[in-house]
Amino acid sequence: MQNSAPLLSVEGLSKQFQVRGRILHAVQQVSFEVVAGQTLGLVGESGSGKSTLGRTALRLLEPDQGNILFDGIDLCKLKPKELRSKRKAMQMIFQDPLASLNPRMTVGMAIEDAMIIHGMRSSLERRKRVDALLERVGLPQSIAQAFPFELSGGQQQRVGIARALSVQPKLIVCDEPISALDVSIQVQIIKLLQDIQKEMNLAYIFISHNLGVVQYMSDMVLVLYLGEVVEKATAQQLFAQPSHPYTRVLLDSILKVPESAARRKRMSVPPGEMPSPFAPPTGCPFHPRCSMAVDRCRQEKPHLQNVSPNHEAACHFAVSS
Amino acid sequence: MDEPLLEVRDLFTQFQRVDDVVYAVNGMNFSVAPGEVLGIVGESGSGKSVSVLSFLGLLRDNVKLKSGTAKFRGTDLLRLGRRQLEDIRGRDIGVVFQDPMTSLNPVRRVGDQIMEGMITHHYASKKVALQRTIDLLGEVGIPEPQMRYRNYPFEFSGGMRQRVMIAMAIACEPQLLIADEPTTALDVTVQMQILALLQTLREKRNMSIIMITHDFGVATNFCDRIIVMYAGMVMESAPLAEFLNNSVHPYTIGLKSSIIEVGNKNKELVPIPGMAPVLTKPLNHCPYVSRCSVAQDRCEQELPELLHVGNEHYVACHRIEEVGIHAK
Repeated sequence: MQNSAPLLSVEGLSKQFQVRGRILHAVQQVSFEVVAGQTLGLVGESGSGKSTLGRTALRLLEPDQGNILFDGIDLCKLKPKELRSKRKAMQMIFQDPLASLNPRMTVGMAIEDAMIIHGMRSSLERRKRVDALLERVGLPQSIAQAFPFELSGGQQQRVGIARALSVQPKLIVCDEPISALDVSIQVQIIKLLQDIQKEMNLAYIFISHNLGVVQYMSDMVLVLYLGEVVEKATAQQLFAQPSHPYTRVLLDSILKVPESAARRKRMSVPPGEMPSPFAPPTGCPFHPRCSMAVDRCRQEKPHLQNVSPNHEAACHFAVSS
Repeated sequence: MDEPLLEVRDLFTQFQRVDDVVYAVNGMNFSVAPGEVLGIVGESGSGKSVSVLSFLGLLRDNVKLKSGTAKFRGTDLLRLGRRQLEDIRGRDIGVVFQDPMTSLNPVRRVGDQIMEGMITHHYASKKVALQRTIDLLGEVGIPEPQMRYRNYPFEFSGGMRQRVMIAMAIACEPQLLIADEPTTALDVTVQMQILALLQTLREKRNMSIIMITHDFGVATNFCDRIIVMYAGMVMESAPLAEFLNNSVHPYTIGLKSSIIEVGNKNKELVPIPGMAPVLTKPLNHCPYVSRCSVAQDRCEQELPELLHVGNEHYVACHRIEEVGIHAK
């Protein structure tokens, strides 16, 4: 599946934060690759580190450890100015597009702005490109004169996408891009993201707590728990044969529309909540909530190991189960 | 059928804004039977929360018009004064909101906040209320309740705060619990815990629940009957089995085919085109017409009525016959 050289290759990435003298390990020793034209999904509950990972992988946050190879260049070695020129190729789309758009800039200015920053084209060409981008993301050209607050949530997200596309990126990190939108609008945005991915051979890092959407979008998926990857697999394998008990708990907590009233989901209670990241459990981070946990899990931290080709899990029982 | 616990008829709610009026609820009818779990489903702006907040007297003061009736055990809540309504709310009707952090007072101990309702409503003396608070915290699954009742809201996780809210809402043993997106801000595993808790409480107390949600998965797994709202109107209402097998409204069908779920990788997602209407004019035609694939001239001219199509199934659509046959 991953024969072509990866566009982004991340190895041993770690990121910590100091919060009132205590250290929070937000991302720990994460490695992955993203191939052009493909999507890597990041899933996990709140506080699992998925957004921090997305940002650190673009060096929007300075990593504490690890290497980031993007398009053959080691991002960690770039000086600020060189990094900025490389940013063109790496864009981001956020959950709340209104918060990420300048309220005093019209839509047209916001889209043009990215092109100006990256020194692109004459003003006439920029305007033309704004029009073309608006059309591509399904917005009327007249919207260029509107301010972000005048638009609906779905329209704002389309503007966010147009702005990301304006500098012809190779990789876009999509951080919960549809979570704030209504169901009927979510599908419109998902379809748009899929279409432009095909047209432009874009790579996506797709962050979402919604496993259904991640399955729909992704080629590979990382499951994160307390800043660590607990399972890594092709989307097909992850959803067909989840190996890590945490992945199974997540999948089991999903409420799908049942086929009939008799097939309603029994509300079972998955045990516990995610522990404080300031005081992660010893051994396997998931052991306090795991129904399979034994002494070994409390003492010895499991590392990612191959379950099958393209499928890894960090569980002492992953291979045997 | 049992006498309904709550019966809402012809509910209209309008808001005055600086230069226009928002027609938020446009003639809503529904009822809740004792012990029944009703799901009200809709997208943002559909009026699903506003309709319920209207008869609870919990709207902000820019309400321009509020009309209709909302009979709770025979008493019309819309005709009650503020004081009388406060007597019922919190005692006979409990409410749980989406964000417990904004509904709880951040500088008061959670135990005091739970006790307050019982004391205000003369449900229990201070001494009894304290013991009951500890019991309630245990019942909703807070570990070590005899210690934790002294904690402040920030000392709880999101899921635990929602449990505190539920304890507060059920403290006076209400007959009706209104849950407005109670799990929307929570992770899936915690959502499941909260829904399991609500289900247990409901069975134990034979309490009715109105679950307001945008999530079809939550509604269809948790509720006995589903109402789909759009533009402040009920578009379709049916018991769960009927809803799952025979829903016919083009909007309901559109929503169903827009749901992205695990295991549906190969399902063809069909987005509903366009977006929800801006409700600054009175409705005089079907509000869904501009997005509907089967709309005809009549849909642009007349407001559809909510009609009974059998099996306690109600639909507001001019094209019901054609669509119904088409759907089967």
